[in-house]
Amino acid sequence: MKQRQVYLDYAAVTPTDPQVLEVIVDVEQRGLGNPSSMHAKGKVARDIVEASRKTVADALVAHADEIIFTGSGTESDNLAIQGVARVHKTHGCHIVSCATEHPAVLETLRHLQERLGFEITLLEVDGNGKVSADQVKDAIREDTILVSVMYANNEIGTIHPIADIGRVIDKYRKQNKTIYPLFHSDACQALGALDVNVEKLHVDLLTINSSKIYGPKGVGALFVRRGVKIAPIQFGGLQERRLRPGTENVSGIAGFAKAVELAGQCQKKEVRRLTRLRDYFIKQVQTKIPNTRLNGHKSERLPNNINISFLGVEGEALLLYLDAQGIFASSGSACTSEKLDPSHVIMALGVPHMVAHGSIRFTLGRFTKKKDLKYVLEVLPPIVKRLRSMSPIKVNES
Amino acid sequence: MTDLEQDNFQPWFYSEIVREHFFHPQNFLDHDLELDKYNAMGRAGSPACGDELRVWLWVDENDERIKKFYWRTFGCASAIAATSMTSVIVLEGEGMTLAEARAITPQQIMESLGGLPTRKIHCSVLSDKALRDAVNDYYRRTKQFDKIEPEATRIVDPIARVTDKDIEEAILSGAKSVEEVAQKTGVRLNDPRVGQEAAQLVKFYLEKYQG
Ligand code: FES
Repeated sequence: MKQRQVYLDYAAVTPTDPQVLEVIVDVEQRGLGNPSSMHAKGKVARDIVEASRKTVADALVAHADEIIFTGSGTESDNLAIQGVARVHKTHGCHIVSCATEHPAVLETLRHLQERLGFEITLLEVDGNGKVSADQVKDAIREDTILVSVMYANNEIGTIHPIADIGRVIDKYRKQNKTIYPLFHSDACQALGALDVNVEKLHVDLLTINSSKIYGPKGVGALFVRRGVKIAPIQFGGLQERRLRPGTENVSGIAGFAKAVELAGQCQKKEVRRLTRLRDYFIKQVQTKIPNTRLNGHKSERLPNNINISFLGVEGEALLLYLDAQGIFASSGSACTSEKLDPSHVIMALGVPHMVAHGSIRFTLGRFTKKKDLKYVLEVLPPIVKRLRSMSPIKVNES
Repeated sequence: MTDLEQDNFQPWFYSEIVREHFFHPQNFLDHDLELDKYNAMGRAGSPACGDELRVWLWVDENDERIKKFYWRTFGCASAIAATSMTSVIVLEGEGMTLAEARAITPQQIMESLGGLPTRKIHCSVLSDKALRDAVNDYYRRTKQFDKIEPEATRIVDPIARVTDKDIEEAILSGAKSVEEVAQKTGVRLNDPRVGQEAAQLVKFYLEKYQG
C-alpha cells in the first residue's frame, strides 16, 4: 500500500500545474529557434516571449516593457538591488530594508555593505513581524537611494503595508523634489495571493517568481518602472534590454506566463478557500496541543501560511517524524540550517531561541484539501507528545 | 502520488541505523524517575545549536558497572540517535565499567551509527560528554573524589591557546560580541575555522548569560 502523502511546503516550491506543463512541453516540442535569430523559428520564439511578457505585465498592471525575465526570484532581487546601487551610488550609499527579508535581499545588502561601502539600515519588526510606513519614513535620509521591503514574509507569512510605505516614499520624493529613494519589493510569496497592482503599491521595482505559483522552476521576473535606471549585473548580450543577457528560456517563460494567468483566474476563490483552511488548522492545533505559539500576524498574513512553534520540541526531529508519516513541512530550527543558526525571521520577533527551535511552517496550496489537514491533525499531537516526553526541557503546562 | 523510493534516489538523510534509533529510541526516559532509581546524573549542551541532553545512570556499587542508562534529549534526529546508541553500547552485556564508559569516543558512536553528516557531528559529542559528567557525579555521590576527572576544556584556537572556558569567561566579564571576545582572549578570527567556532561559542554563552 502506498503511503499517504501530504505536501505542505508550497512556500518552498509549488508543484507545476498540469496546464503549465502542457504549455512547456508544447513549446519545447515545436523545436523553436533562438529568439534573437533572424529566421522564422527565431521569430516565433520571440513572439512567444513577448506574448508572455504582456501576460505577466497585465497581471501587475504594468507595461510589457517594464518586465525583465530572469532566472529566479533571487536573481531578480540581486538585479534590483545591485542594479540600483551601481547606477545611483553617485547620489548616495544608504539603503533601507528590513530584518526579516529573504536571504536573497539580506545577503546582497551585506555584500554591498562589506565590499562596497554602502550603509544599510535594517528596520526591526514588531512582535508580529511587521514594519510600519512610519518606520520607513523615519529611516529615510538625504543619501538614501533605495528602500527594499518584502511584500509578505516567506517564513511567517506576515504582510507588510507596501502600499502605505510606497505612499510615504512618494510623498517624501515630492516634498524634497527628488527621485530618491527608489522603492523595491520582493513579492515572490505575494503573487497569486495578494494584489500586485504596481500602481497601487507605488513600487519602482517588484520581484516575482514562477516557482511559487505552480510555474516552472528557474524563471523569475523583475518589474522595473519606466524611467527608473538600473545597471545590469551580468554581461554578454542584448536580451532583456541588456539587463539580463543570455538566451531566453522560452518554454520556461511561456510556462511562467501560463502560471500567472491561471493564478489570476482563481485568485479570489483560492484566497478565500485557503484562508478558511488556514484558520481551521491553526485553531485545531491550538485546541489539540498545549504550549504552542503562532508566529506572525494573526490576520495580516498570507492565506496559505501557518507557522507554529511547539515549545519544548526540536523542529528537525518533528519534521522527520512527520516526514515518516508522509507529511512534508519545514522548520526554523537551528538544527535544520546549514549553519546551525535559528531562523533569523523568528528571532527578529524578539522571542527566545526555543521558539525558533520548535517552529514548523506548514504552507498550503492549490492541491491541499481539508481531509489532508485532518490527517495532519490526527498525526501531529501524538508526535509532539512523544518528542516532548523525550526532552529534558519542560515547558509549563498551561 | 509519486513513489519517492525509486531510481536509487534516497528519501532519507541519515543512515539506516540512525533511522532505526531515531524512530525507535532505546532507553529514553518516558516517565519520571524516582530518586532511588538512579545514582548518577549528567548533562551536556551543544553550543552550536542550543540543544540539551541529560542522562541518568544506575551504577551497581559492587562491581561499579552501569546497569541502567536513561536519557532525555532536546535535539535533532542525530542527537536522539546518538544518545540512544550510546545507551545501547554502555548497557551491552553486563554493562560497562565506569572506566570503560569514560573512554567512549564520539568517533565510536558515529561509527556505530553508520556515519553522520559533517554538520551533525557536534550532536554525537553530546552523549559521551553527558555520560562522563554522570560518571563524575557518581564518584562525587560516593565520595570517591580522587576519581573525578573534570571535563577537559576544549581548545578552540590551538595557536593562540584559547579554550571554550576562556570564551565563556570573556562573556562573563562583559564581552558582548565576537570582536570583544577576540580582544580579551586573543582568539584569531581571521582563521575561518577558529572564527566560526568562536562565533558559535560566543552566541551560545551570550544567550546563556544574557538571555
Ligand atoms: S541537536 Fe542541533 S543539530 Fe543535532
